[in-house]
Amino acid sequence: MNHLLSVEELDREAIERIVAQATRFAQVADREIKKVPALRGRMVLNLFYESSTRTRSSFELAAKRLSADVVNFTPGGSSVEKGESLKDTVLTLSAHKPDVIVIRTPWVGSAELVSQWCSAAIVNAGDGKHEHPTQALLDVYTLRRRLGALDGLRIWIVGDVAHSRVARSNILALQKMGAKVTVAGPPTLIPRDIETLGCEVRHTLSELHTADVVYALRMQHERMTEAWVPSLREYAAWYQVNARRLRSRQLLMHPGPVNRGVELSGEVVDSPQSLISSQVEAGVVVRMAVLYELLAGSQSPARTPLRPAPEPQPA
Amino acid sequence: MSSPATMIRRSQPPADLLFRDVHVLDPRASIDRRLDVLVRDGEIAQLGEPSTIDATELEGTVEVLAGQGKHLLPAFFDPHVHLRTPGQEHKEDLETGTRAAAAGGYAGVIAMPNTDPVIDSAPLLRSLRSAAAREARVPVGFLPAITRGLQGRELTEMAELMQEGALGFTDDGKPVASAGTLRKALQYQRLCGGVLTLHEEDPSLSAGGSMREGPVSAAMGLTGVPSVSESTMVARDAALARYEGGRVHFQHLSAAESVEAVATAKDQGALVSAEASPHHLLLTEEDVRGLDTRMKMNPPLGAERDRLALIEGLRCGTIDCVATDHAPHAREEKEVPFEQAPMGTTGLETAFAALHTMLVLPGVLSLRLLIERMTAGSELFGLEAFTVRSGQPANLALVDLSAAWVPGENGWESRSENCCFAGRQLTGRVLLTVADGSVAYRQRAFTVVGA
Repeated sequence: MNHLLSVEELDREAIERIVAQATRFAQVADREIKKVPALRGRMVLNLFYESSTRTRSSFELAAKRLSADVVNFTPGGSSVEKGESLKDTVLTLSAHKPDVIVIRTPWVGSAELVSQWCSAAIVNAGDGKHEHPTQALLDVYTLRRRLGALDGLRIWIVGDVAHSRVARSNILALQKMGAKVTVAGPPTLIPRDIETLGCEVRHTLSELHTADVVYALRMQHERMTEAWVPSLREYAAWYQVNARRLRSRQLLMHPGPVNRGVELSGEVVDSPQSLISSQVEAGVVVRMAVLYELLAGSQSPARTPLRPAPEPQPA
Repeated sequence: MSSPATMIRRSQPPADLLFRDVHVLDPRASIDRRLDVLVRDGEIAQLGEPSTIDATELEGTVEVLAGQGKHLLPAFFDPHVHLRTPGQEHKEDLETGTRAAAAGGYAGVIAMPNTDPVIDSAPLLRSLRSAAAREARVPVGFLPAITRGLQGRELTEMAELMQEGALGFTDDGKPVASAGTLRKALQYQRLCGGVLTLHEEDPSLSAGGSMREGPVSAAMGLTGVPSVSESTMVARDAALARYEGGRVHFQHLSAAESVEAVATAKDQGALVSAEASPHHLLLTEEDVRGLDTRMKMNPPLGAERDRLALIEGLRCGTIDCVATDHAPHAREEKEVPFEQAPMGTTGLETAFAALHTMLVLPGVLSLRLLIERMTAGSELFGLEAFTVRSGQPANLALVDLSAAWVPGENGWESRSENCCFAGRQLTGRVLLTVADGSVAYRQRAFTVVGA
């Protein structure tokens, strides 16, 4: 594996390999000394153009547990505010020769672009509304640990699918692992033609009881520039996953951070059916596995994938 | 006061050329056979049977070009290009833009006013026209803005602009969102004339979109522009034009529903015309999947059914002409994430070759029809169409229909390289262009063959 840019480009075998490696690292996490020397002397650069607490700290922790050096770069207060382009920023940071760049931006395809501009392995930690592959991997890992195989599992993804990169990565990842995915939410927040990804679409929760797992999405206030639903109150009335709607045999997941009282009621967040804290735990070991796969895994090539720059054209 | 000439170019020496035994194809003149064509002093002087025009008495005064295996066509006309002067000369200027036009076989183009400053007053138009008289390699006509600063509110001084040589008006790049404003422009058109040329998009439907809404936008997580953003505005403005008896031209149609709306308006007798661009005729939203910013344009690439409807519209005449919407952008402006990239592709240098390769060679459209639609733009703006008839000014494109080439492999005439057809294997190449009687382009490898 050269880069982790999207779930779309992963096959089931690659997902299984990362999950298996994460399982091995989970044993390390239970030891008194949680650090292994696998990536000693390697450098991981976190380049985050969007605010993030858990993803960034989880990548940082993952890198440190593997004994890699970590540099965090956040555009605030840097040359980006002075108008530097993404490309120039990446070329500048590449001069420090990072082995991995973990990048999050508000723009679709940015991780893929960055992979064309430098020789580091690129990990997409979220590119706009497109994908968030490590989230989907840790969700698969969490479900595997709890349930074993995902084949035939019925999973409902509920809420704001339109603005969610988590939804897109999970629709793809869960289906690749054999699950049946249904997305449900208000018609204004379900993208037209989303069923071409293979999932089913519902606009009410009347059949939610058929799900084995309910995956609630965050209402993304920060990505919304207009009123997509009449009110959060009306949203909650129709789409909130709460004790009335959640059956006791169903498992609950959420990518965090939770808006209590909006997409989830407080009581289900804290219920034993909730896998939310397992997801957070899984974040570190899965990201360890991804970094390991890219830099030390059997499938990782020698790191010289720099593509030739396009020939300059005479004016 | 009589109006000035509307098409402007720099003065260049008139051409004296003899195309020897060349296949002339001109749908308007109903010519489709091999001929000798003599151009004297910039005019088509004589058409004769192959190898019958005597070159000996012309010795030394005409350049003789061997025409065997080549086609001589009326030069093309593009009613929709962005030459970026004034204010954005790092993307293109009058010289480089018209050089690109000539390289594509065009002998006339109409430039859009969304420059910096916007062309919305007579003094600005006058200075731009005098710049064209110094720099333009092929004749350029201008469409100033419908509304001041393209703001969609107050009309420009349309009557004065027409006196200054405008061909019509457009807010291209933006719609005239307010129906009331467009209605006033249509009413005022009765005084000043000129074609109202419309970029159709409903901003309340298209806001934030960077590609067409559909399966690809759903998969990529990009905000989509629904096709109805265009088609509802086409229908609205066709109704306004019909009500006011006005003359409107719809730019760069991209949706099947828009083609239907234009067909309906024409059936009802509205004075409407429409254009389609090579990229909407040849590419679809699937080409956006790789997030190549050269595939980002406004309107965005549509679905396959839209593409087929555009081709059918072009074939049956609902769509009157091909227009490139040549929209150059600097490399660093396009080397950014897709959502941040400016919209537009260059098109002048590749239009004929791309359409010939992907529509004519597979048998979808006839060469004859393609030539008709690539030359028809001039008449829509009240200009005479280019034809290969004696006594006419020479506006000619010599092409090799079997020449294979890859756009961009040897650079571009345009200052910018954001061409959606770059790197594709195309068949059919312009070798020489004569515009308004002067040689405007000659392919570098194409040399004189002697008498």
